[in-house]
Amino acid sequence: MLVNPVKRAYLMLESWFNLSFGTAWNPLYHLGTLSFFLFWVILVTGIYLFIPFHGSLEGAHASVEWMTNEQWYIAGVMRSLHRYASDAVVITVLLHMFKEVASSRFQGFRWFSWVTGIPNLWMIITIGVTGYWLVWDELAQYVAIGSARLMDAVPLLTGAMTRNFVSGEMTDRFFILIEFLHLLGQPLLLVFMLWIHVKRMSNVEINPPRGLAIGTLLGLTVLSLIKPAVSHAPADLTTVPQILNIDWFYLNVYPLLDIWSGESVWILTIVVTVLLMMLPWLIPKKDGEKAVVDLDHCNGCGLCFDDCPFDAITVQARTDGAKFEHEVVVNPSLCGACGICAGSCPSSNPFRTPKGELKTGIDMPQFTADEMRSQTKQTLESMHGEIKILVFGCEHGLNANRLDSEYSKGMSLICSGMLPPTLVEYALKHGADGVMVTGCRQNDCYFRFGNRWTRLRFDGERKPALRGRADRQRIRIHGGAETDKNEIKADLKDFHQHLVELKQAERTEADD
Amino acid sequence: MAAEINKPLRYILQAINYSVFMALIWYFATAPSIRIIEDDEAMLTMAFAHAGELREPCRRLSQEELNKLAPNMRKLDDCPRERSPVLIEMLLDGEPVYKKQLDAPGLYNDGGVDVYFSQTIKAGEHRIILKMDDSVRGSGFEYFTEQTVDVVPAQILLVGFNTRSGFVVR
Repeated sequence: MLVNPVKRAYLMLESWFNLSFGTAWNPLYHLGTLSFFLFWVILVTGIYLFIPFHGSLEGAHASVEWMTNEQWYIAGVMRSLHRYASDAVVITVLLHMFKEVASSRFQGFRWFSWVTGIPNLWMIITIGVTGYWLVWDELAQYVAIGSARLMDAVPLLTGAMTRNFVSGEMTDRFFILIEFLHLLGQPLLLVFMLWIHVKRMSNVEINPPRGLAIGTLLGLTVLSLIKPAVSHAPADLTTVPQILNIDWFYLNVYPLLDIWSGESVWILTIVVTVLLMMLPWLIPKKDGEKAVVDLDHCNGCGLCFDDCPFDAITVQARTDGAKFEHEVVVNPSLCGACGICAGSCPSSNPFRTPKGELKTGIDMPQFTADEMRSQTKQTLESMHGEIKILVFGCEHGLNANRLDSEYSKGMSLICSGMLPPTLVEYALKHGADGVMVTGCRQNDCYFRFGNRWTRLRFDGERKPALRGRADRQRIRIHGGAETDKNEIKADLKDFHQHLVELKQAERTEADD
Repeated sequence: MAAEINKPLRYILQAINYSVFMALIWYFATAPSIRIIEDDEAMLTMAFAHAGELREPCRRLSQEELNKLAPNMRKLDDCPRERSPVLIEMLLDGEPVYKKQLDAPGLYNDGGVDVYFSQTIKAGEHRIILKMDDSVRGSGFEYFTEQTVDVVPAQILLVGFNTRSGFVVR
């Protein structure tokens, strides 16, 4: 199966991180939470820096120099951590964008998160820019004049900002305005924008695994100690700085102003931003059919509400006069069509209506619970080997049919999370010696929580749990991407051997 | 599922990954550096705001005209709002470096123009000539300055303007 080069590059990086960190700590699975953690580092160090900082044209540089040189062991380290954590955020955000693009998680119903995410990057960059102003060194001077030129290039603005700087008309009041923006205005706006960004997701996590947080903080601290952040010479509006060591994570636009006009830089920035925001429509992807509630089979238990990764389900008072207190409602514009809700619905139990059509409380029109059950049965009936392993895969991980062999047959679901644990029990009861569930790589479900919920359900830690009568020895989970075929095949072979031994042991026991 | 490796090896791999991440920050936080001007260069910058003269002069209203107005509207002069465009020329060592006619901004062309121009020049002695025509009613340049300046490396040679002193070079 062909995997596009961008996705292949991402999967390689992901594999490398899985090897180094394990799936629980893989930084690629925690880019959002890692960014939040870095914000905490920036906030705490920023509060400390604010205490000795002198917010005036005359005092700013001197106070920063004092922190860097006199109290290097606390304030100096804090300053460096503040700067490097800010740089790290740009990397995590860019990686986050790369991941979403590479794994096609930005189109269709996800357009909202993508579109609202792009301005966050600019917001982060503008916070960094105002931060550089506050040092009021030669770099700050360069950034201030560049920013003023950009502002002057905006139509309808007066065009007087640059003049204020070069003619020495800048005052402490303006400096305090920048300080206010950096310390309060911009961060508050960013928090609001981040809230909007994650608005269409449920169970949003904001803390990375402790080990990853400690490792990141340790790395940043070591970097701060061996390469402390330092300032340039104090700003002097009567001279031009000759050489500047600029922070390319934040100030990459400014050198363009040396060769282009402010208007041209704006046009480039706007075009890039608009193109990025339009990406979900430039590379479109159609969503599947959305989940449908059948009130005749819904008792309003709310398990689908708990499991929906995209906040598409709400619980409301019963409207059909049934004896139950609640019912669920699907908002189609939020629904990711993943089917995780169908997997969580207790009514998806295939043992409910052995003869008739299986109807469930919430179902996927493109692959109903009834179709899942009949396909399971048909697949098992088509297998004739001594050992029969039914492999449930998903549309976004390795294609389960690629694991077909003399002892195994694959069946592809929309998401591994749509697999009701009772269907596994059903498969084992109807001839399967073993059931393997693949799906996406562990902790990297295309639909966020599919493989996580499945694992928890099988381990009895999340409803609907796999019942005790299903022999856990005959069930194996091994998530994997398209490129992990050999690894999964090897595990499938091992599983087969395990089942052969189990069968032999049963025979011996029966003979005895 | 991640391939299983032992814990010490995993920590070594993590250390390598953190090192690469920190190395990226180490480098791009301050490098590559950029050169704004060469060692023997300075910056010539012209920056000021100026409103051109009114296109039409104010006209004193007659008593009869004033009487026709409501008492609170009786201003002695009737001044049309539109201002003249401002033509500015700058020559450095005889070579034209800036020549622009700036129209008065605003819906009624009644605003002042903002001038900003910047260019690197060689440090050393220069002869600078500055001219401004800010009235369509006059002929020629209303303001003219010619002077020799000695510019040191990295200096910002600032050209300002105010109606009282004309061009100010410092």
